Amino acid sequence: MSQHLETAAHPASLRRVAIDTVSRVEGHGKVTILLDERNEVQQVRLHIVEFRGFERFIQGRPYWEVPVMVQRLCGICPVSHHLASSKALDQVVGAKRLSPTAEKIRRLMHYGQILQSHALHFFYLCSPDLLFGFDSEVSRRNIVGVAAAHPQIARRGVLLRKFGQEVIRVTAGKRVHGTGSIPGGVNKAVTQEERELLLHDIYQIVGWSRDAVQLIKELHGQNPALYNNFGICRSNTMSLVGARGELDFYHGSLRARDANGGILFDGVDYADYLQHIQEEVKPWSYMKFPFLTAFGKRNGWYKVGPLARVQNCDQIPTPLAEAERREFVEYCGGLPTHAPLAYHWARMIEMLHAAETIKDLLHDEDIAGGELVRTGERQTEGIGVIEAPRGTLIHHYRVDEDDLVTMCNLIVSTTHNNQAMNVAIRQVAKRYLDGCEITEGLLNHIEVAIRCFDPCLSCATHALGQMPLAAELIDAEGRLVHGLARNGDGAIACAAD
Amino acid sequence: MSASFSIDGKSVAFAEGQTIIQAALAGGVYVPHLCYHPEFKPHGSCKLCTVMVDGRQIASCTTLAREGMVVESDTAALNDERRTLIEMLFVEGNHFCPSCEKSGDCKLQATAYELGMMSAHFDHFFPRRPVDASHPDVLLDFNRCILCSLCVRASRDFDGKNAFALCGRGIHTHLIVNAKSGRLADTDVTLQDKAVQVCPVGVMLRKDKGFAVPIGKRVYDLKPVSAYAEAAAAPQKE
Repeated sequence: MSQHLETAAHPASLRRVAIDTVSRVEGHGKVTILLDERNEVQQVRLHIVEFRGFERFIQGRPYWEVPVMVQRLCGICPVSHHLASSKALDQVVGAKRLSPTAEKIRRLMHYGQILQSHALHFFYLCSPDLLFGFDSEVSRRNIVGVAAAHPQIARRGVLLRKFGQEVIRVTAGKRVHGTGSIPGGVNKAVTQEERELLLHDIYQIVGWSRDAVQLIKELHGQNPALYNNFGICRSNTMSLVGARGELDFYHGSLRARDANGGILFDGVDYADYLQHIQEEVKPWSYMKFPFLTAFGKRNGWYKVGPLARVQNCDQIPTPLAEAERREFVEYCGGLPTHAPLAYHWARMIEMLHAAETIKDLLHDEDIAGGELVRTGERQTEGIGVIEAPRGTLIHHYRVDEDDLVTMCNLIVSTTHNNQAMNVAIRQVAKRYLDGCEITEGLLNHIEVAIRCFDPCLSCATHALGQMPLAAELIDAEGRLVHGLARNGDGAIACAAD
Repeated sequence: MSASFSIDGKSVAFAEGQTIIQAALAGGVYVPHLCYHPEFKPHGSCKLCTVMVDGRQIASCTTLAREGMVVESDTAALNDERRTLIEMLFVEGNHFCPSCEKSGDCKLQATAYELGMMSAHFDHFFPRRPVDASHPDVLLDFNRCILCSLCVRASRDFDGKNAFALCGRGIHTHLIVNAKSGRLADTDVTLQDKAVQVCPVGVMLRKDKGFAVPIGKRVYDLKPVSAYAEAAAAPQKE
């Protein structure tokens, strides 16, 4: 699969255009584009410029602190980190199976998170592009502009997100960075008052989620050529699926398909993820490039997230979302679509599924109380995998006999999509920018392609001490004056003098 | 008729031998404090309980109440100084409230809220401090120690084990475990010891139980530290 436009043959002679920072995404990233004298695109890269360090500074901390600490990776999807780490540490405390109450409350928390995150992404971050056009007037290409032109859409977006946040507050204690999930279970049940509060609005939320699917379908219908082809990036896909092959955000086994939808592997226990996934480091980004081991760096890269999940599963276990999935599959002609803009359609189907699942869980008596925590024989290692809003999220820990974490490995959703985002923006750059005078509207096409994946760049850059880094001092003529390089093993070497 | 003095204009009764803070807390008047505990001899080190008497600043935990004494405590000037002391405690250690299991139950955090601390104000020291996880039931996280010496006094005067001590001088003062190896596992400390229970911050922690109490049910979620004035005079209720 394409490595085209990743590295130009003679970058020093090319003109550089940078989108710094990419707007309306979570976290900080930039895009650099190298153009020759005829404005033809020679190199395009999505760089992640944030630097975090969670894998390292969680080491030496007590294991029960981890679910609360690692969720600080992100302010948008902290619940995903909270739950993935809790699932890993369930194994450490020997809780082979959670109580029904604990699992359902965690699911409620997680589906609330999916709902709020998808609403935030679609309505706040992407609807301005989709409703006004990619190169529309920049001053109104934002949620305030949407509120002025389409007040009902904006209002529903705000209230959908608010409802998801309320579900999180009820289950985790706070809307952002709560403490509800602990190793072995949860620390609170849902009170009758809290249940009634959420039940009061849930039917409206399901209805609005349905309308959101209709909205994105209408947008597709208005310009199918654009929606079906913009930034297309054919690749493998991967996600968790439930025991019956159904869409499941909280638990399941790993399934991967090739670009034509053929099964590459299925029913893989996520505890074996290291046998199936490797990560490549490139010197120009803090974000790693994962790939399926069996297919190598060149052909093994893959997509995760809504588009992968909705096409990877065999069914969605709620009726309204399942009907929408079938229509989506039919629209795509039975073959997987790899159009980034189709992510939005899949994302809205998932939001509808999240709303339906929340409704069902709110009617389940198990959430009202019962056994909250289970423990068993202590283990020294745990792996937790969850489908976060942006895709498959892997947390892996080792804990010593004194209860302190000795190893932490995180592969976050956005990281899986790194190569796909780079390929998508190269396609868009070649199609829309090649030979043109660069304008803000044209550059926004690049950002639109990135936004489809809903990247969370702050989540995706957690490595410390592993990333090869190079610092170079270059004179006015472009000559290297001095340089320092740190290798992957942490050794620092003088690159030039 | 019992003896009394006035604090912030309120008359407070006291018994012979009571300190100002003992009488004030028993009378429902909150005086900020961290190292004071009614069951142990005063240490006078945190200085948060400083009050103004006759134009002089004195530590209310080490000064006996006197008949007719006029005490000022809840004044803007004193609270500014207390807030500064709290800010200095925050930067001197590693107090990362967002991931600390003592959050919501922590007297340092609650007092900071009470005094309106909005930021640490000073540059953080970010000291390198160890975690002692050697004990099967108790974890010691030295990052959060504020040198109140409550564990030292409780272990020595109540538990009869003398398991802890403050070592070093000035800025280098730090808490140590009184064992040849320096490890908590090599002491006879147990989870039930007063020394473990009395820590006002997140140094002494019961293993495996972090975050078991949900947000909204923690001690200072229920009411602010100042509302625990009388309970602070009878700590078993706190």
